[in-house]
Amino acid sequence: MAASSDTHAQGHGDDHDHKPGFVARWLFSTNHKDIGTLYLIFAVIGGLVGGLLSEIMRAQLQFPNNHIVTEGQEWNTIITSHGLLMIFFSVMPALIGGFGNWFIPLMIGAPDMAFPRLNNISFWLLPPAFLLICIGLVMGESGSGWTLYPPLSNATYEAGMGMDCTLFALHLAGLSSLLGSMNFIVTIFNMRAPGMTLHKMPLFIWSELVTAFLLVLAVPVLAGAITMLICDRNFGTAFFDPTGGGDPVLFQHLFWFFGHPEVYIMILPGFGIISHVISTFSKKPIFGYLGMVYAMVAIGVVGFVVWAHHMYLSGIDADTRAYFMGATLVIAVPTGIKIFSWIATMWGGSIEFKTPMLWAIGFLFVFTLGGVTGVVCANAGIDEVIHNTYYIVAHFHYVLSLGAVFSIFCGFYYWIGKMSGKPYPEFWGKVHFWMTFIGVNMTFFPQHFLGLPGMPRRYPDYPAAFAGWNFISSLGAYVSGCAFLVFLYVCYRTFTSKEQVANNYWGAGATTLEWTQTSPPAFHTYLEMPRIS
Amino acid sequence: MRMVKWLLAAVAGIVFSLTAAPFALAQGVVGAPRAWEMGMQRSFGPIKDRIIELHNLVLVIITLITLFVGGLLVWVMLRFNARRNPVPSQTSHNTILEIAWTVVPVLILVIIAIPSFRLIYYQDRTPDPDMTIKVTGHQWYWEFSYPDQGNLDIESRYVHDEDLKPGQLRLLDVDNQLVIPVGKKVRVLTTSTDVIHSFFIPALGVQRYAIPGRTIETWMEAEQPGTFYGECNQICGQDHSRMPISVKAVSEADFKTWVDTAKKSASAAALPKIAAK
Repeated sequence: MAASSDTHAQGHGDDHDHKPGFVARWLFSTNHKDIGTLYLIFAVIGGLVGGLLSEIMRAQLQFPNNHIVTEGQEWNTIITSHGLLMIFFSVMPALIGGFGNWFIPLMIGAPDMAFPRLNNISFWLLPPAFLLICIGLVMGESGSGWTLYPPLSNATYEAGMGMDCTLFALHLAGLSSLLGSMNFIVTIFNMRAPGMTLHKMPLFIWSELVTAFLLVLAVPVLAGAITMLICDRNFGTAFFDPTGGGDPVLFQHLFWFFGHPEVYIMILPGFGIISHVISTFSKKPIFGYLGMVYAMVAIGVVGFVVWAHHMYLSGIDADTRAYFMGATLVIAVPTGIKIFSWIATMWGGSIEFKTPMLWAIGFLFVFTLGGVTGVVCANAGIDEVIHNTYYIVAHFHYVLSLGAVFSIFCGFYYWIGKMSGKPYPEFWGKVHFWMTFIGVNMTFFPQHFLGLPGMPRRYPDYPAAFAGWNFISSLGAYVSGCAFLVFLYVCYRTFTSKEQVANNYWGAGATTLEWTQTSPPAFHTYLEMPRIS
Repeated sequence: MRMVKWLLAAVAGIVFSLTAAPFALAQGVVGAPRAWEMGMQRSFGPIKDRIIELHNLVLVIITLITLFVGGLLVWVMLRFNARRNPVPSQTSHNTILEIAWTVVPVLILVIIAIPSFRLIYYQDRTPDPDMTIKVTGHQWYWEFSYPDQGNLDIESRYVHDEDLKPGQLRLLDVDNQLVIPVGKKVRVLTTSTDVIHSFFIPALGVQRYAIPGRTIETWMEAEQPGTFYGECNQICGQDHSRMPISVKAVSEADFKTWVDTAKKSASAAALPKIAAK
């Protein structure tokens, strides 16, 4: 849009596909597709650094009494950065900033996002945040765990500036997602093509809408909590310091009031992508559309009233534990509806096992596994012996590292032809899937066996009895690491490909609006407003 | 069938002889993690018994659900792939089915929830404790106080690698154990003086955070004499992995003897300090 004036001055006839110069296009970008691309590249970089950290962690844990990471503080900083990088700088940028920016306008028939300049600042807040996280990592001064619990994160126990850098990084990343999600909400509510009522909206749009609402409601609470923490650290307040009348548990409440919706923020857009992919490759409309929509809304709503299941051992009252357990179990119901509806979509279909579909089916399996262990973790009684153990690590990696990441790759293979105009190599896509599927299951399934007998998380060293499964888990991590290299090779092959894909290269199963556009879509799409009957 | 039973017995025998038995002969039972273990640690207390019971129920349910979903996935992949089913149906609704997969999970959750609620209240605290122990977390050691035994106070640190004696478990054994009488309900009060720690004994099924500025109450009971190992389970800085806990459950008579000796050595250790002043 910013470019349109000089376009006219140069007198090009085909002005909707005229692209501005490099700086104007990529640094001052207001085009949703370009910003989406920036987000996706950023997510790959974030995932690369976060993934590198996990390889270091698994290498250290491969044997007991290992000396790759020698200092506990160094270790703690690595695990903190791993968690924050993966959440805020890989999964969220990919699913929300990346695919959201690319496909919300394309799927609802809008020419761009409602606030293109706001979109630009949403993205450009992230690189400085990333830099600050890396400063915290390199200085080795942010060893509080990604949960940032004081007193460990206060000025007495984490005195260095690195911790402040990490906290400010979260402020910037939070601001970025806050602005981004406001943009999403306004766009989705106001810029849908005529005839696309809320109940005709594609499920991916619904998932991004619910996610955006979760972000708008949850992120300010995190911002408040870390502001108080920054004040505690630097300005002598005592919000979380018991010696000044503050309460460390208050921070836990505030953090998880944000933190629990955050896990749904990471997985809901994935739900949307999986729905489209399963429907496309089964050549069937999605089964139980309304149930799917309201299951996501229900997950979003209930996700806000279950936060203290992360705090069963923080001394909260038995009645409170009972309530939070009950509320948490309830989430299994809408999640179950989604799983069964996906299977019902496949039922009676004519399924083609292209790479995106493999990721989608893989997602169903790992997400079910992570979901059922969630029922175990939700039990406050059982939590007494699995809290903070590797069982929890296995559980949340099954839903996030496997669930959310599978949905990211699923979306990548589904849409990369649309985004780049070039086909991905089918064979290498499948190699990537199978290596990842085997690798991550080998990494995380044995962690259940480590957690049940009580191996605590965030340990750089452990008793000899835990050596066996840790060894297997580390081997799995190396396989997954190699799988990521295959992914980079897939990217290389795709972008250097000379072939050109058609508008709708998936055929009759792909019914949403983006498939009516060219691949890649013109720089400015929907110059003529589409109408939905 | 007999073959299966024989195999199971043989495997169980080998596992037992390799792990629990030698310790059991030496000094009571041992509650510690074991190599290649796949489930929870054995229970040596009434709370853990109930946790394992509930976990066994939930584990069966979630395994069946996973197999069911996995089975459905395999079935649709085999039956409804493009080769076998070239013409897709266009069904997108089935009200009865949708109600069923909403209601049935609710019922399953109710089955899980009822014993779970009971367990929460059972393990919360005990109405009639026989004695009290105050557990204080420090960076990076544990302090155990016995208010009922004249405020006896001991500090417990991990055994450094170079000081490990044969048979001692690396990163689990400590210099001074937390000694409790067997078969008694022990009220546990946790707190901390610096950052948050977590007092965690898997074999007894007890865990609570130790949080500065507040005291959290729970309880534990060991049903047999023996040693039960645990570890700090909330990230607490540099040596988070080096502050294990070792609980020693002894008979009541042995406990009294231990208290007397500990008091004597404590006062003996304190004397020179006073003299020096």
